[in-house]
Amino acid sequence: MSSDAMVIQDAQVGQRPWVDTLHEWVTPVDHKRIGILYVLYALTFLVIAGVEAGIMRIQLMYPHNHFVSPQVFNRMFTMHGTTMIFFVAMPILFGFANYLVPLMIGARDMAFPRLNAFSFWLTALGGILLYFSFVGGSGLYGAGNAPDAGWWAYAPLQSRAFSPGSSSDYWTISLLVSGFGSIGTGVNLIATILCMRCPGMRLSRMPLFAWLSLTMSGLLLLAVTPLSAAQIMLLVDRYLGGHFFDTQAGGSATLWMHFFWIFGHPEVYVLVIPAFAFVSEIIPVFSRKPIFGYPVMVAATVCIGFVSMSVWAHHMFTIGMNSYANSFFAITTMAVGIPTGIKIFNWIGTMWGGRIQFKTPMLFCIGFLFQFLIAGLTGIIQAAAPFDWQLSLSYFVVAHFHYVIVGGILFALFGAFYYWYPKVTGRMMSESLGKLHFWLFVLGFHMTFDVMHIPGLLGMPRRIYTYEPGRGWDTLNLIVSIGAFIQGVAVLVFVANLIISYWKGAKAGNDPWDAWTLEWSVSSPPPAYNFASIPRVASRRPLWDLKHPEDPDSRYE
Amino acid sequence: MKNLITRSALQTLAFLLWFTAMATAAPSAASSTGLTNIFAPETTPAKSIFDLSMFVLVITGIIFVVVGTLLVYAIMKFGSTAANASREPAQVYGSTQIELAWTIIPILIVVVLFLATARVIHAVQDAPKPANAVDVTVIGHQFWWEYRYPGFGIVTANELHIPVSDPARPTPTFLKLLSADTDHSFWIPQLGGKTDLIPNHPNSMWMDPHRTGVFLGQCAQYCGTQHAKMLLSVSVDSPEDFDAWIRAQQQPANPDESAAAGRRIFETTACINCHVVRGTAANGRFGPDLTHLMSRATIAAGAAENTTENLRLWIKEPDAIKPGSLMPAMKLSDTDLDAVVHYMETLR
Repeated sequence: MSSDAMVIQDAQVGQRPWVDTLHEWVTPVDHKRIGILYVLYALTFLVIAGVEAGIMRIQLMYPHNHFVSPQVFNRMFTMHGTTMIFFVAMPILFGFANYLVPLMIGARDMAFPRLNAFSFWLTALGGILLYFSFVGGSGLYGAGNAPDAGWWAYAPLQSRAFSPGSSSDYWTISLLVSGFGSIGTGVNLIATILCMRCPGMRLSRMPLFAWLSLTMSGLLLLAVTPLSAAQIMLLVDRYLGGHFFDTQAGGSATLWMHFFWIFGHPEVYVLVIPAFAFVSEIIPVFSRKPIFGYPVMVAATVCIGFVSMSVWAHHMFTIGMNSYANSFFAITTMAVGIPTGIKIFNWIGTMWGGRIQFKTPMLFCIGFLFQFLIAGLTGIIQAAAPFDWQLSLSYFVVAHFHYVIVGGILFALFGAFYYWYPKVTGRMMSESLGKLHFWLFVLGFHMTFDVMHIPGLLGMPRRIYTYEPGRGWDTLNLIVSIGAFIQGVAVLVFVANLIISYWKGAKAGNDPWDAWTLEWSVSSPPPAYNFASIPRVASRRPLWDLKHPEDPDSRYE
Repeated sequence: MKNLITRSALQTLAFLLWFTAMATAAPSAASSTGLTNIFAPETTPAKSIFDLSMFVLVITGIIFVVVGTLLVYAIMKFGSTAANASREPAQVYGSTQIELAWTIIPILIVVVLFLATARVIHAVQDAPKPANAVDVTVIGHQFWWEYRYPGFGIVTANELHIPVSDPARPTPTFLKLLSADTDHSFWIPQLGGKTDLIPNHPNSMWMDPHRTGVFLGQCAQYCGTQHAKMLLSVSVDSPEDFDAWIRAQQQPANPDESAAAGRRIFETTACINCHVVRGTAANGRFGPDLTHLMSRATIAAGAAENTTENLRLWIKEPDAIKPGSLMPAMKLSDTDLDAVVHYMETLR
């Protein structure tokens, strides 16, 4: 069957056999459908990994609690971390990029639609393989288990001596497979953004979303490849008698750390740059002003991309590098704060003098700004290597990176959901449920992650399944756990809003937010192939030009 | 809208409060609850880390107040109202002067922070080792700590003893950090930052505690099932106490004839494959040295008090105390078990 025959059909077409509908959702090459698949897939794993977090938080509510065994706890934090990074955060951001980039640059699809579908199914297979370890991890003789070496699986804990059975192989192969999917997506986005722009859309006129997606894709290629290489080396160690990371035979444990973090740190920016992208689209629309300092924003993003490739060993300040190496990674890490600070200033500059509308997407962006400011500052704090000798591997770090990922990325993502849901479904999400979701989530988030910094300062290491009473950690951990469950309730409100609004939401129309980028010029949901005739643009805000012919942006750029 | 402002202000306040509270009040409360508080330093390196921490916290705190205020002000001042909602505001695209200002100021801040940081890195990491320093080799095991004092010829576990160091005539302790299996991390928050123990990658750290006392910590780098119960303590002794402790540890095992039965069982079962009791046939290296077991306050790396009942339970069913520990259940009969426990209790 040819791909054309499938994508031309519209999702709204009436009665057809359900097998046909299923077939359309399993074999699409349309960027919008693949985008939606990514998002639904990631939301499923968000709930699964959320449950894993819940299990850990119940266990840690009281010292010497016996809710789960240490073995189960260790699997939970390994699976929670791996799932959230590789099968929630990355796919959901790929989903948004897939859906929005072609629409925003005036293209009819991604550059390589079939590669796009292939990348999605690789990612999907990766997630399934990871979770199959619960059944197949010990082979046929065991009751099954999951990997328990932590999401960074330091050598030699992931070697056969310390991780017998197959559970850690499921982890390796899962990341290898989904890693190839990520590389495919990176290649595809770069090609799309560089080659598929509509007439008039120079690089300097692209929406920031496209610029940030381009940077993110470049980082993907640079970051995922070393991780894939390391996974292959690990397989060689485990099955072909290699000694890359086998410390008993002269291998190097620190080599794995370098490989992992040269992936792991740029990965943070792979995740956070799309969050910046959402915020850079939403704040201007709800402040009714163009983004402040567009060229500076682009430069700062690309600068973050480059600098983030040289900071990885700040995850390794405690491994005994010499004082020169520690100093080098301290200054590069602090330097990332400069372009990041510039971005925060420019977002505030965008709001300054505007007419801010406090709709749900904007509320989440404001939450993002506050929390990302704090997360950035606690990042600077840890860049001071000696301070990090105390903070590293403690709950302070756990609080810090959840501040980045939940307080920053997830808040921006929720904003993006409320902002683009009308475009994807044709219906508005409920504003009242949205506000309830926002305030509940703010409450839960701050109860959990503000408080979580303190046990770290009081000497509580991460990844412990239980802790000693009388060290000042008990009450704090209880508060953290309660906050986590409030966040869980907030996510349920969000999911309910997604489902209810799909059937009951008000009709959105093409352009419910009075926005300025090209995706709002087409119907909601957009038709197959997006644009009946390819648009021509003359500025960064084509719809502004259309709505204000007397004062177009093209006059100033 | 009003809610939002209150919330933002509360957030700002809360964050500041926490950090200032942690930074100022914590050290004074340290003696009662904060046995593992990083803001209650007791050594020179811990103190220089603490001073740097305060400096960094103050700078980042100021940044937070300034930027947070700008953000709150923008939210309060520029909200859309019924009166102006119908018109678009002035479309401003940017300003080179402003961009320059908020680029250069952060650069200057980073330079200052880096210089302060580099200075402390150098002071802690590159400190010369004085001739009278005490050497200890720390070896991380799943899931306990081995301490070897090459200068004194003694070996012990989990509870480290080091001498107090008079700032006028310092006698620092230099630790050499090794690992027998996976990665671990040695962390006593009050005595300094943590350093990892990595197989095939020797590390070092030093500490010169300024007062006597017992300081607590635990393994900070995930090392396997029982990472959580790889606890450790450091007893900082006066010079006289330290010398006395060393002399006691240098003695061979106490040959108490009342425990001959238990000793015979110990020496004829698998116990000796893993444990050392100096002066006997037991010379295994896999588990802790038991020559002076009763000089330690805890067993199983701090997981339980060193009492008769706990010793008995530990030998009978280690998983009852520490599930996943590598000590096997010895499957002794009740009488044999009692005899071995009695033998253990003579190892003073």
